[in-house]
Amino acid sequence: MTAINHHTPDALLAAYAAGSLPQPFALVVAAHISMCLDCRAAFDAHQAAGGVVLDNVGAAVLTGSLKSDTLALLDAPVKEKPSFARSGVYPGPIMEALKGKPPRWKSLGMGVRQSILQANDEGSVRLLYIPPNQAVPDHSHGGLELTLVLQGSFSDSGGSFGVGDLEVADQEVEHTPTAGSGAPCICIAATDAPLRFSTLIPRLLQPLFRI
Amino acid sequence: MLIASTHTNTIERPPAMGPQKDRLQVTQPSTEVSPQTTWMLAVRDGRDRAAFAALFDHFAPRLKGFIMRSGTGSAQAEEIVQDVMLTVWRKAGQFDPTRAQVSAWIYQIARHKQIDTFRKDHRPMPEELSREPDLEPDASQILAMEQEASRLKKALSMLKPKQREMIEQAYLGELSHQEISTQTGLPLGTIKSRIRLGLEKLRHDLKELR
Repeated sequence: MTAINHHTPDALLAAYAAGSLPQPFALVVAAHISMCLDCRAAFDAHQAAGGVVLDNVGAAVLTGSLKSDTLALLDAPVKEKPSFARSGVYPGPIMEALKGKPPRWKSLGMGVRQSILQANDEGSVRLLYIPPNQAVPDHSHGGLELTLVLQGSFSDSGGSFGVGDLEVADQEVEHTPTAGSGAPCICIAATDAPLRFSTLIPRLLQPLFRI
Repeated sequence: MLIASTHTNTIERPPAMGPQKDRLQVTQPSTEVSPQTTWMLAVRDGRDRAAFAALFDHFAPRLKGFIMRSGTGSAQAEEIVQDVMLTVWRKAGQFDPTRAQVSAWIYQIARHKQIDTFRKDHRPMPEELSREPDLEPDASQILAMEQEASRLKKALSMLKPKQREMIEQAYLGELSHQEISTQTGLPLGTIKSRIRLGLEKLRHDLKELR
């Protein structure tokens, strides 16, 4: 595996560790940490800082029976939540979002496909499939967009991104990501605002495809 | 108590224990693993109820204080505390003292439960790196982690009150990612490198076993 060159920014890792990152971004960051030892170490370090805050924040008096009630429950049977392992190019957290099934792709034209994992007030997160050398229509967006490469590569004005690389694009960026020439590019992309395409036709299609 | 030794890196079974006072007056690097870590390992490896009770005495009041800081009422906070402590018991097998302090590990569980409760949402988590249960814990690595954590604690206490408050808000989940500055004044570089070493060793060990 080639080295990862584009990492999760520290403020996003801190927010993710603290649980304040919106759900679509949290999924992309969880997937990136699953692939990147550096960011896993940084995530663990933020947990250590959280642990220090927990230690310092000041104790509250407990109700008398809480301890005995808790001890009595130690052997109570619990329903285990299913855990999702990596499958192919999809890390565990993405498999969980897919509920363990392969993605259901929908065509966006020109061989580009998407599979929406989640779309609501907090933003949206989806998988994108881009054939080799294919460009995705030029678009800008109102907020932040995180894109993580799972297979192949793409490049745009922000640089070149291979497997495990995370691109962070803000509203300033108007980019035309183009897939590399090797394998088709599969990535996961999250935004906290709907994408706006700058060419006319994709914009007309936007409500239709929810992109 | 556990002693780090150059001759052996095995962990002895801890003696029967009750709640103990935190050792705060450490003037030179400690050669003993903290009681919290000792209790947690006894829970993980020996399913030791007395050790769990000691962990409860230490962490449950702090957890309640932590959860109530975000405006949760006492009764609901206690429900979450109970849920967190039961998870500590059930998921003890995932605790790895060479990568995390007990407080860090419990912090993560607590935030997760709070999100589950209040957002009715499930925070996506990274894949677990499986810990090989038969590997003997490396006491020197555990001690090194603990020293980094106490350095972090000291660094936090040296900050100006306003800065400290900001960091507390951030890790209580009260600040958005836009509000979190990377210039918090909290030195995370050395603990990050220490954890990175632990992760590399784990990856190496897992490869050897395959």
